[in-house]
Amino acid sequence: MIWDTVFQPFAEFGFMRRALLGCIAISVGATPVGVFLMLRRMSLTGDAMACAILPGAAIGYLVAGLSLGAMTVGGLIAGMTVALLSGLVTRVTILREDASLAAFYLISLALGVLIVSTRGSNVDLMHVLFGTVLALDDAALTLLCSIASISVLIIALLFRLLVLECADPQFLRSVSGLSVMTHFTFLALVVLNLVAGFHALGTLMAVGIMILPAAAARFWTASISGLIVVAVAVAMLASMIGLLLSYHYSLPSGPAIILVAGIVYGMSIVFGSTGGIIAQVSPRRHFET
Amino acid sequence: MTPAIDFQNLSLGYDRHPAVHQLKAEIGDGSLTAVVGPNGAGKSTLLKGVTGALAPLEGRVSIKGLSRDDIAYLPQQSEIDRSFPISVVDLVAMGLWREIGPFGWLGRKRQARIDDAIAAVGLTGFELRPIGSLSGGQMQRVLFARLLLQDARLVLLDEPFTAIDTRTMADLIGVVQGWHGEGRTVLAVLHDYETVRAHFPQTLMLARELVAHGPTEQVLTADNQFRARQMCEACTGPPHVCGRSAT
Repeated sequence: MIWDTVFQPFAEFGFMRRALLGCIAISVGATPVGVFLMLRRMSLTGDAMACAILPGAAIGYLVAGLSLGAMTVGGLIAGMTVALLSGLVTRVTILREDASLAAFYLISLALGVLIVSTRGSNVDLMHVLFGTVLALDDAALTLLCSIASISVLIIALLFRLLVLECADPQFLRSVSGLSVMTHFTFLALVVLNLVAGFHALGTLMAVGIMILPAAAARFWTASISGLIVVAVAVAMLASMIGLLLSYHYSLPSGPAIILVAGIVYGMSIVFGSTGGIIAQVSPRRHFET
Repeated sequence: MTPAIDFQNLSLGYDRHPAVHQLKAEIGDGSLTAVVGPNGAGKSTLLKGVTGALAPLEGRVSIKGLSRDDIAYLPQQSEIDRSFPISVVDLVAMGLWREIGPFGWLGRKRQARIDDAIAAVGLTGFELRPIGSLSGGQMQRVLFARLLLQDARLVLLDEPFTAIDTRTMADLIGVVQGWHGEGRTVLAVLHDYETVRAHFPQTLMLARELVAHGPTEQVLTADNQFRARQMCEACTGPPHVCGRSAT
């Protein structure tokens, strides 16, 4: 029974194994970035950036069809352009970052959907918006695993800087000139992981695997390394259960994965040991000092 | 006394509107100086100018023989995210940034220095507490412990004793006097004149322009305080524009 339900789909079908590997790669690479997005109170920035990569990917699609390379490069260029332009508008005008980012990502989203829908079919549009996790080929898997490896390496290198930039940006600016570099390297990591997620889960779902596990982890641990470990575990679990639900009940895979992550998030809100509803209402020991 | 900071006809401000106007003063090396003045007098702006976070509109601020690494700065409104999951010991350890940077190893000796700094501000036993669980006074002690580890020759404090109880204030004043005793230069923005009279030998009174600078008892006169209020009230009208081209 357990074999048939849990293991047989992966043992029998190569596309399920590929989908699982792709999702694990995204979980390892994107969720630590999501943890820092959440800690920097930039969760919605991730959402905006996910939409911002759409016109680049769409132009890549326009030039080379459903080409992995063209859509990846297009997405990266579009994402970084929006990040830099919104940062520039924030610095040289009276507009705050949230408003300038919202303006750019809405323009990007409209432009992207327009390009895909005028030159492609509805199937292409669905592919771009919701991804094709069950159709990941060797090239796509190599790309996802490479991005995950690069992402983990950069986060390890920048870990202390990222923590300081999140906790006390003013202090980092006063003791180090690396603040701006850290900020833009982090934004590049966000874009890179969203592009990876975009191939598997589509532009609209990519940010879900980044943010939902991080938000769920916040209810279980109070340390940054703990947050990363729990978030990656939640993302992997959601990927596996989501793929199985998709297989057994013929559901679209991307939304199934994100919904499972959403259910874990909902359960964490209620049962989480660190700030969950039940933990808050039940009597606690005071800190020993 | 040789000057540690030399304000040379310094004007600082935002969007070319000066908050500090044509300040000429010297802060002695190793001095303990209070910066006082009414609200809007430019006190916090002055400290930002010294840190280099704010570029002069005109004139310059000269920090003699000191680099940026020799300055420790405690801002009035810290940007610290109190909900961030970080412990007291980790936040205090950031004071060693200039020694360890992004990749350096903490090691036993530095760990001992962190413990000493936490003990010096009376927070032994609080090391593993998340900063979100601290009171305002305890948080200020944590920030002072971090300043202690920075081991800077010039310490800038912007209203360091606001909204803390008298015992915490007494402890932190002890830390400030310790810095003074070690020959460090301390420049602190303060509102409470009694604290200034009791603990700060030098005072610089500001009302956008310099009102008075020198020994505290000569600066904190009723006449100077009245002049400072008048000068600030005169500046509450429509802002005038200041810039390098301005005369």
